[in-house]
Amino acid sequence: MISDSDFWLLTALLGIGTFLIRFSFLGLLGGRTLPDRVLLHLKYVGAAVFPALFTPLVIWPAATDGQTDPIRLIAAVAAFLAGLRFGVIWAIIAGMSALYFLQFLTSNL
Amino acid sequence: MTPRSAFWRGYRDCAPFILIVVPYSMLFGVVAREAGLDLLQTMSMTVIVIAGASQFTAVALLQDQAPVFIALLAALAVNLRMAMYSAALVPHVGHTRLGVRALMAYLMVDQAFAVAVRTYEERPDMTPAIKVAYYFGCMALICPFWYGCTFLGAVLGQAIPPAFSLDFAVPVCFIALTAPLLRSASHIVAAFVAALASVAFAWVPWSLGLIIAAGFGILAGGQAELYLRRKAGAAG
Repeated sequence: MISDSDFWLLTALLGIGTFLIRFSFLGLLGGRTLPDRVLLHLKYVGAAVFPALFTPLVIWPAATDGQTDPIRLIAAVAAFLAGLRFGVIWAIIAGMSALYFLQFLTSNL
Repeated sequence: MTPRSAFWRGYRDCAPFILIVVPYSMLFGVVAREAGLDLLQTMSMTVIVIAGASQFTAVALLQDQAPVFIALLAALAVNLRMAMYSAALVPHVGHTRLGVRALMAYLMVDQAFAVAVRTYEERPDMTPAIKVAYYFGCMALICPFWYGCTFLGAVLGQAIPPAFSLDFAVPVCFIALTAPLLRSASHIVAAFVAALASVAFAWVPWSLGLIIAAGFGILAGGQAELYLRRKAGAAG
């Protein structure tokens, strides 16, 4: 069980900390321009952060206690290819349908 | 484009993400109740923090009897990526009043950030005021769904069977966000290096591997662009 005092302390501090992270550059630097070197690298924030987030989640899923699951790997590749070719919504549809389809196949064969 | 039409354009451009936000936020509601939080606690965390990945991290660690400060550090480490979003938004919307920037900071979520920055880069003709309206349009769609579906998940609780593998909605969400960002060779280099580094640094405690890996990816992307520019310059 999670104690009430632990929960509220954590939520309050996490809320404040998260806000400060989000506010950091917008709050301090608003209106000022950043050096070219920094701007050059900022273009790659999204392209770098998201793969760094999802790669470990795909390779070591929490739902299987970190055991690599071939079905999830294939579904992730399907989502990625659909995303490259057709866009965001198709990535989502392709990923989840591939997962359900392969899970259905493997549990019924 | 007027600020009003830019707002609704952002609202529509974020619509595909409803598919992701609905299961993802419901999943948080379910997981939080399973961990023993009551409805008020679940909703308070969602409204105060609005950062799914860190909320999952915090609840999982508390449930594991981790000390509060460890759970806090891990969850904040997961959110450190948003300092990079914050910096990436400065050239576009950094001109607004402090209060507006504070509201933008509170509402900053992955999906809407990705859509907004992509549009800003594709449409350099957008004025600063239009960019701000577009940003709020993106967030205005995502955030109410985030609150509402957390509530649904928390109330419906165990009704979603684990056979639906909703856990997979999380990585699929981030994959869907990445694909449209890979517009150039240097973007692909950034993504590839970050993915490799995230595996290589997965052992680093408290999710700091994510920050290290993202750092490598960003540097690699920037350096690749400089390299390609020099090569083009030398050839031309």
